[in-house]
Formats: sequence, structure tokens, C-alpha cells
Amino acid sequence: MFGYYLDLALRSLKRNPALTVLMVMAIGFGVAASMITYSVFRAVSGNPIPDKSAQLFMPQIDAWGPQQNDKGEPAEALTYVDAMALLRAHAAKRQTLLYLVQLSAMPGGSRELPLGLNGYAVTSDFFPMFDVPFRYGNGWGAQGDEARASDVVISAELNRKLFAGAYSVGRTLDLGGHDYRVVGVAGHWNPQPRFYDLFSTSGFADEPDFYMVFNRALDLQMRPGGRNSCRGALTFTTWEEYTQSNCVWVTPWVELNTPDEVARYRGFLTHYAADQQHAGRFSWAPNVRLRDVTQWMDYEHVVPPESRISLAVALGFFLICLVNTIGLLLAKFMRRAGEIGVRRALGASRREIYTQYLIEAGTVGLAGGVLGLLLTALGVAGVGILFQPHIAKLARLDFSLVGLTLAVAIVATVLAAFYPTWRAARVQPAWQLKSS
Amino acid sequence: MTLHPMLAALRRHKAGVVLIALQIALTLAIVCNAIFIIGSRIERIQRPSGLDEQNLFMVSQQFVGAPTGDDEATTDKLDSLQLADLSTLRNLPDVQSATPINSLPLANSTWSGGASIKPDEKNEAARVVYFFGGKDLLKTLGVRLVSGRDFTDAEIGHRAFRAANKPTVAIISQALADKLYPAHDALGKAIYFDGGTSPTTIIGIVERLQASTVDSWANAFAWNTALIPTRLDAGYARYAVRAKPGRMDEAMKAATAALYKANPMRVFFFDGKGARGFDEIRANAYRADRGMAILMSMICLILLAVTGAGIVGLTSFWVGQRHKQIGVRRALGARKRDILRYFQTENLMIAGGGALAGIALAVGLNLWLMHRFEMDRIPVWYVLLGVGVVLLLGQLAVFAPAHRASNVPPVVATRSV
Repeated sequence: MFGYYLDLALRSLKRNPALTVLMVMAIGFGVAASMITYSVFRAVSGNPIPDKSAQLFMPQIDAWGPQQNDKGEPAEALTYVDAMALLRAHAAKRQTLLYLVQLSAMPGGSRELPLGLNGYAVTSDFFPMFDVPFRYGNGWGAQGDEARASDVVISAELNRKLFAGAYSVGRTLDLGGHDYRVVGVAGHWNPQPRFYDLFSTSGFADEPDFYMVFNRALDLQMRPGGRNSCRGALTFTTWEEYTQSNCVWVTPWVELNTPDEVARYRGFLTHYAADQQHAGRFSWAPNVRLRDVTQWMDYEHVVPPESRISLAVALGFFLICLVNTIGLLLAKFMRRAGEIGVRRALGASRREIYTQYLIEAGTVGLAGGVLGLLLTALGVAGVGILFQPHIAKLARLDFSLVGLTLAVAIVATVLAAFYPTWRAARVQPAWQLKSS
Repeated sequence: MTLHPMLAALRRHKAGVVLIALQIALTLAIVCNAIFIIGSRIERIQRPSGLDEQNLFMVSQQFVGAPTGDDEATTDKLDSLQLADLSTLRNLPDVQSATPINSLPLANSTWSGGASIKPDEKNEAARVVYFFGGKDLLKTLGVRLVSGRDFTDAEIGHRAFRAANKPTVAIISQALADKLYPAHDALGKAIYFDGGTSPTTIIGIVERLQASTVDSWANAFAWNTALIPTRLDAGYARYAVRAKPGRMDEAMKAATAALYKANPMRVFFFDGKGARGFDEIRANAYRADRGMAILMSMICLILLAVTGAGIVGLTSFWVGQRHKQIGVRRALGARKRDILRYFQTENLMIAGGGALAGIALAVGLNLWLMHRFEMDRIPVWYVLLGVGVVLLLGQLAVFAPAHRASNVPPVVATRSV
């Protein structure tokens, strides 16, 4: 029966090509607009570390006080003093401190010009905490932190540029005039959004080129290469004065596996802030936060407002296209009231009528989906007009998006067809036969 | 023409009427909010920055192997690197003037601080965005001085990047001047930066100078800017360069080539190109706004087309259905014009009903956008414009089927099928 109904559907659609084209275009445009904006939204709102996002927490301690903080919220990073205090207290099983640094790879070998590099100064737990994959070697261990070693982990891309992709563990590298020993080459690892550094980035950036030992960066007095935020009168000049200032620039992360551990760590933070208050460093009550990855991304508004607005508008647009399709299908089906009357009089059940017309609607949906797919492919290639390049290139037409586009088009059209089909199935055979 | 028979007829097509009205309502809600978004984005993009944007470009680069530290020797060494670059740039034939600068309006790298009119204030009077520059600063930027004077060469100093910001003189924007000294002329008065105790004298006021970011965090102080005559000495340096009229491309190419030639130990930013024209800086800053305006325009156009086509489709169906009745009316003496007007009035009533519901939806959508995305309240005339657009659309869409209806010959009434 399916084949026969499909044949009937195609004949009927051919009978009013203008109406058919109209419906297919409405579905196609509606689906494409929704899918294009959804592909971007999916990319920017995705969970960058799904397995561990509920175990990784970003502690915040208010070192600015109610007069200077951000409407009661503590700063988005820590001062050097607080960061080092957390590191020393070691109240979590795993913890890391990090900040963005910029270095240049000196000319050497076949390169005549220096290479500008972005990387992070991190502590050893960074690699196991964030599940950083390794192509060669490994991260440095806790002893590397303590020894303030000149160890460095480089990205696969930098390894390709400097060592032609060869096994480079143990090789030496001149960065900004100092020698570093390569201990590991990371596999491709660039979580989007970059949840671990939303202080210096908006969440979307090229893969970092290297990771160096946090203590080593401090020894070299490397100023943060990313954001730095201070309050009140700026009186520092030297590195020592800078580290004692209220400027925030260090991002801390801790790994806490159970609700108990979370509660305990929260208690520890409050306790620490209270101690600072007693010691006279803070003149305000403890004001601390402990957000996990998802909460932190929400708080930092990682999803650009353009993405939400355009998704909302596109969905509204799709809704209108569906209302439009309902109207057109109604017109199309009711025009065939006579034909339905004859079929009903000859013994077709209402169920048969339902099947026939839903198949016809499904055909329109499929055609709309195919058109939508073409438009989506076109649109995904062109999202660069709306979003920054770092975000635009995240939007991809992958297998799941293709499937989703077709599924949404067909399901939406069949749903839209329910009312017109119901009306068609209710046609009174006697009435139709009499009037014609 | 009485409306009664028309209403009676509409009652027999409830579903179709509701669908058209619903479509008109949703279209109105989306179209007028979209037009509002387009309007406000275009307004935002077109704000002048206060610069003479033609022929202006920025060079951004980092010195490699240069010393780091905050001591005087390092600062002097970094300063000499910067001065050497500036003299290289100024000697180029296509360059009119060049100045060191930490950022440019819209360049998305911002140094902000607090400004007060009393020393040692905990609560700043205004948030301010700084531009630190050197010789030829005003000339290169092309900002318009409305009162006071330009910096003299003797007033231009230099300091380590992180050292305290204690300039003796500054030129500020009119917006900042009005904010700090609303009742008086700010010229010659003192200003205290970053809660400091040493006064800075305002020696000049520029008409307009936009902050170096258009991000929402800086919206509250987007025009509060100060020009400080200080070269910042750090491992990286940026230069604003004004090319001779019409020689922009040549100057940009020559600038990076000459800098490399003079000292290859550097890394150029801007994707390795080193120089970026102000037109590109502006385009980058407003990319999201421009994209939003384009997207909304496209959605509006397609939406109106889809809705119009939907009305054509449903009305055609009605015309077909009432073929015989139309014939009867014609046979009873109705003129073609009456039939045409019947369908037009019918559409006006449906679209009008839809538009009424649409006004409520439009306001609701706007309230939601305001709540979620910090948008402004939609002005009434945008909604009225939207109502006009959808009513007109309805009339245009109904014309073809109505015209066809008016051509139904009276003889149809006498046929049995």
C-alpha cells in the first residue's frame, strides 16, 4: 500500500506544482534557518569536558571587597597571594593554577624569523585533571613543580613546526632566550569553549602552543600574557610589588569527586577568607564561590548573545513556516474533498485516508528537508558574517546535523499535516457524492 | 457593503481564517522586532569614532630577545627599540605621521581606569579608557580638538608598562569632561587617575573619541577617554600610522618590510601581517552587529515572502471553493469591482485581527528580548511600521486571487457543476 500511496502523493504534488514548491520552500527555509543557527549554538554551548564537568571546580575569593568588586561577585581570577595560599593548602586531591603567557621561539634551523607563541604556565595536575592527551612523553610530575624545572609540553602543531613532527621528548627548545626541555608532546587538544581560561579568552581561541611549569614562569617573572585586572590606586612597579597587589590574573581549578569533598572545600575557602579577615587583609566578611564547569561557563556568558537571539528568531521563523504549511496543506487536501468522498464511499476506512495523506505530507517534508540541507550547507559556510572566525569555524555540517535536518523537516511536516488530514478524514462521503 | 455576510462566510472557514491570522500575528511580532534590531545595530555601527579613519592603520608587534624587567636600564632599552621603529616608520615616503600607542578605538585591547576630581578618592567619578601615545598623537589620530592645545614635545614622557600612571597633563574627551565637571569648563582643571594623589592638568578637550572596545562591559563609559602623553615600554609595541592620502596599501606594505629590515628580531601580530587598516579594525569590531543586521534582514524578507505566498495559496483555495457563489453574485448584479473589494476587505479584516494579536506578541517578544539580552524597549513607531507592512503584504498577496475571482463570469451560476 505504501508504494501506491507514494505514487498517489507524487501525482497529487505534480498537479499543483506552484503550491508544492511553496510548501517545500517554506519547510526548506524554515529548517535551514533553524539548523544553521543551531549548529553554531551547539558548538558554543557544548560541554567541553563532558566526563568531568561536574568534578572540576573554579574557586573564587573576593580580594576586592564590596566597594570594588563586581556587584557583590568576587573577581573572575585570583590574586597571586590567594592563588599561592590555595596551592600550599592543597585542600583538594588535584588542583592547578594557570595563566596565559606569551613567548617567542628563537630563530634556528631553517627558520630565520622568530615565532610568536601562546601558552600556559600550569602546575603538574593540569594534565591529568583535564585529561590532556599525549602523543609522545607525558606531563611533568609534582617533582617538576617543586624543582621549578624548565620542562615544557608542546602542542603537536608546534612539534610539527619545530621538529618536523618527530619524537622530540628530551630535545631542547629556546623560548624567549631560555632553554626548555621538552617532556611531552600533547595530542590535538583544544576544548571549545576553553572552560579552563575564560578569564583571558572569550572561550574560543586557537590551540595553545605550549604548557610550562608555573613556578618556572614565576621565577622568570613572566607577566600574564592575557588579562590582568586591578582595583584602586596602582602603586606597584617591581615584580614583588605586583605579586603583592590586588591585581587578579591567576586562574585556579580543583578536582572534587564527591558532594562531601565539595562541601569540605567550600568550607575551606570560607575559612581561608575568614582568616584573611582576622589577619586584617580583608575588611569584609568571607565572599567566596565554587562553581563547576557548567556553572562557570554560564556565569561567564560563554554563549554569545548573537547565538541565542538568532536561534530564537530562527525557531520563530520555522514556526511561521509550519503554520504556513498547515494552511497550504489544508487548502490542498480540502480541494480533493470529492476524491476523498469517492474513496470513502468505495470502502476506504478513515485510517486509510490518514495513511495516504500523511505519506503525502511526509513526501513534502522530505523534499523540504533536502532543500533545507542544501541551504544549511550553504549557510554553515557563510556563518562567518555573523560570528567571529574562531566561533564560525566551529559550525560544521556533520553526519548528526544532516540526520537532524531531515528528521526535523519530516517530523515537523507530518505534525503540521495532522490537522489538515483530520479534516480530510472527516469528509462525509454522502455529501460529496451528492454535490457533484 | 455590509460586513454581515462577510463575517458569516468567514465563520465557515474558521481554520483557514485562524491560520492566516496566526501567521500574520507571528510575522508581525518577528518582523518588527527584527527591524528594530536592524535599526539599532545600524545606528551602532554608524557611530563615528572621532578619528579621521581614512588612511589610518595600526602596526602591532612584539620584540624578541629584548630584555624583560622593570628596572631603568631595561625600560630605556625597550624605549630605544620603540623610538628606532618610529623613526623607521616616519622616514617612509608614504607615511605622513606615526605615533606609539597602546590601542586604537575599536581595536579591542583596552586599558581602563578610574578618574576623579579630588585626590585619593576611593569612589571614582568616572570610568575612563586610556590611550597612551607619543609625538604626533593628535595629528596621527586626526581627532578634533575643541578647546585647549596639543601636547608639546617636552610633555611627552615614557615609562615601564607596569609603572604607575602619573601624567602631569592629559587631553580628555568632551564626554569625560562633561561627566567630571558638568557645571564648569574642564579645561585647565585637575583630574586624578586611578585613585592617585598627583594631579593631572587637562590641557585640551577633544570633541569625540571612542573607547577601544565595543563590548557591553564598557558600554557605560564608551566615550570617556583620555589621551596620555606617555610611551609605554614593554616587550611589545604598537604604532598608529597615518599614510599620505591614497597611499595606504603601499604604506602598510612598506612599514612592515622596513621594520623587519631594520630589526628582524620581532614577531608581527595580526595573523603575522603586522599592519591592519582601520577599516578592517572597524569591520572586526562590528562584525557581530553587521552580521546580525544582515541575518535579520534576510529572515524578514524570507518571512514576508513565505507569509505572502501562504495568503495567496489559501485565498486561491477559497476563490476556487466559492467559484459558484461568485458566479451567483455576479449574476445578481455585483460588479467585478465588488468581488475584488469583497476579497480585499475580507483579507483586511483577517490581517487586521492578526495584526492586533501580533502587536501583543511583538511587545511580548520585545519584553523577553529586553529581559534576556539587554535590548531596549521597542519604540511604538516600529510596531506601527510593522502593522503597516503586514497589512500591505496581505493586500498585495490577495490581489492576484481576488482579481481572478472578479473574472468569474456570471454564467457560472447557471451551470450545475
